[in-house]
Amino acid sequence: MYGLGILSGMVVTLKNFFRKPFTVSYPEQRLPQHPRFRGEEFTWYEERCTGCASCAKFCPLGIIRIVTHPGGTTPAEGDSYAIDVFDIDIARCMFCGLCVEACPYDALFMGSGFEEAKYRRRDLVISVERLRAAEKRPSTWYRPQLEGQAYDPRRDGSLPWQKAGREPWPYHLPQRPQAEGEKTTGEGTP
Amino acid sequence: MTTGLGLSAAPPGERYKRLLPGAMSMRSEPVTVNVGPQHPSTHGVFRLRVTFDGEIILDVEPIFGYLHRGSEKLAEERTYTQVITLTDRLDYVASMTNNQAYVLAAEKLAGLRPPERAMYLRVIAAELQRIASHLMATGFLLNDLGAFATPLMYCFREREKILDLFEMLCGARITLSYMRVGGVFQDAPEDFWPALRKFLKEMPGYIDEYEALLVENEILVTRTRGVSVLTVDHALNASVTGPMLRASGFPWDLRVVDPYEVYDRVRFDVPVGKAGDNYDRFKIRLDEMRQSLRIVEQCVEQIEPGPVRAESPALLRPPAGDAYARIEGPKGELGFYLVSDGSIAPYRFKLRAPSFINLTVLRDLVIGWKLADMIVTLGSIDINMGEVDR
Repeated sequence: MYGLGILSGMVVTLKNFFRKPFTVSYPEQRLPQHPRFRGEEFTWYEERCTGCASCAKFCPLGIIRIVTHPGGTTPAEGDSYAIDVFDIDIARCMFCGLCVEACPYDALFMGSGFEEAKYRRRDLVISVERLRAAEKRPSTWYRPQLEGQAYDPRRDGSLPWQKAGREPWPYHLPQRPQAEGEKTTGEGTP
Repeated sequence: MTTGLGLSAAPPGERYKRLLPGAMSMRSEPVTVNVGPQHPSTHGVFRLRVTFDGEIILDVEPIFGYLHRGSEKLAEERTYTQVITLTDRLDYVASMTNNQAYVLAAEKLAGLRPPERAMYLRVIAAELQRIASHLMATGFLLNDLGAFATPLMYCFREREKILDLFEMLCGARITLSYMRVGGVFQDAPEDFWPALRKFLKEMPGYIDEYEALLVENEILVTRTRGVSVLTVDHALNASVTGPMLRASGFPWDLRVVDPYEVYDRVRFDVPVGKAGDNYDRFKIRLDEMRQSLRIVEQCVEQIEPGPVRAESPALLRPPAGDAYARIEGPKGELGFYLVSDGSIAPYRFKLRAPSFINLTVLRDLVIGWKLADMIVTLGSIDINMGEVDR
């Protein structure tokens, strides 16, 4: 009979009429966000960073700008560079996360925010002062040990560097600092 | 052919004469109209210069290139890992399959073999992406038909769930960059598997819903059946691939014909259409979604723990040579041709974009039909301008 197809379609529409809505009213309600979400507000641990600029070399767009000078530390103390400029231009960033993957010392992490609207483009450049001052809420993307701790950047607070690295200490430092909650077993090697 | 005045088999000129018997004697002047480049039903910045006689299409000239970003040239100065981020932006509703085709080509070039678990993860991700892409194609086809937003929103509801799964997997929803040369970047998190099983359980019910809503709908059937028929010979001559070729009745699916990754270990059917009209092109996508679900189900059963990434240097330097890898993308045969000169960046990067090649038959399909049919035909081809213009 002509019209049956439309009728059966109407039944589907009617069924959806009584379903719970799938949408949420955004600013008040939010969908749960997965901790792996690669977002803005990069998290950077200065204690772990040596200024090697691996992140800048691996960035496909070349939007990370690093200027360093010799840090004054001896090779025995780690011999890292002191950071003068660490600009991340997130206006051009595509959040691929290759910089995080490239970092050999676990110093750079993706953030978890997504509401970084600004009036001026220059405000979208994350400077080194902002990176230093920002709360450390690293995304667990590419950091499975954070997932092992069931860390959620949206729920849990700022995370110290002792907890965030793949390795419990930055392994360019010859003197090993004690990691948090670590048992001393007497073994000096990782 | 039930509708369409039985004209579809005739060549375009004949079709036009029979459609309007007095047309050639009547004094009328053809009018040229631009559809696009900014038009809600052209699926991106795509311009069609159409010559009309009244409402009948006499000629169509597609003009594209508005979204050209030079991806192929850009890839020549990026490392093999950095190119993955460019492939995300080719067919941006199906990033996962772009990643897959590219890494397969790069692995062939470098002689790497990914671990088993990585191959299963890739196939699961690619099939989920195929469902998402087909949902998008179905929704927008119905939007073009005039069913404004209702089927589209139903389709987007399920696509949203797939994007949520992708967010769990790799932290992004559209520009995924999940796969790496030699595997995937990271294993799936623990809570991914229950969420995937829940999706696999729910999704067939939703596909039933789309079928109840759409497949027998008289308006849709009248508007699409017999319209813009693509014959098998024509499709093969124009090297059309993907759901469009299968809708014409030719069972060609690279997952069966030339199995890559783990497709030779799963069982699935290749849905084939009969007439090759707009209706078949719409219906075949619904059928393919069910088959994709079957593939994902079998992969979830077969997957075993293990490493997900082969040992490879951070800066890959494949030996000099060339490689071509192809996969069955959601829109057709997606192939990448890479030439290496032994350095860290590809010497040449060439992409066989399925929607670009499928688009070439548009002119022959729509001549003699009306403007509204042209919009639907364009929707049924399922083009993506990110890939056409690249």
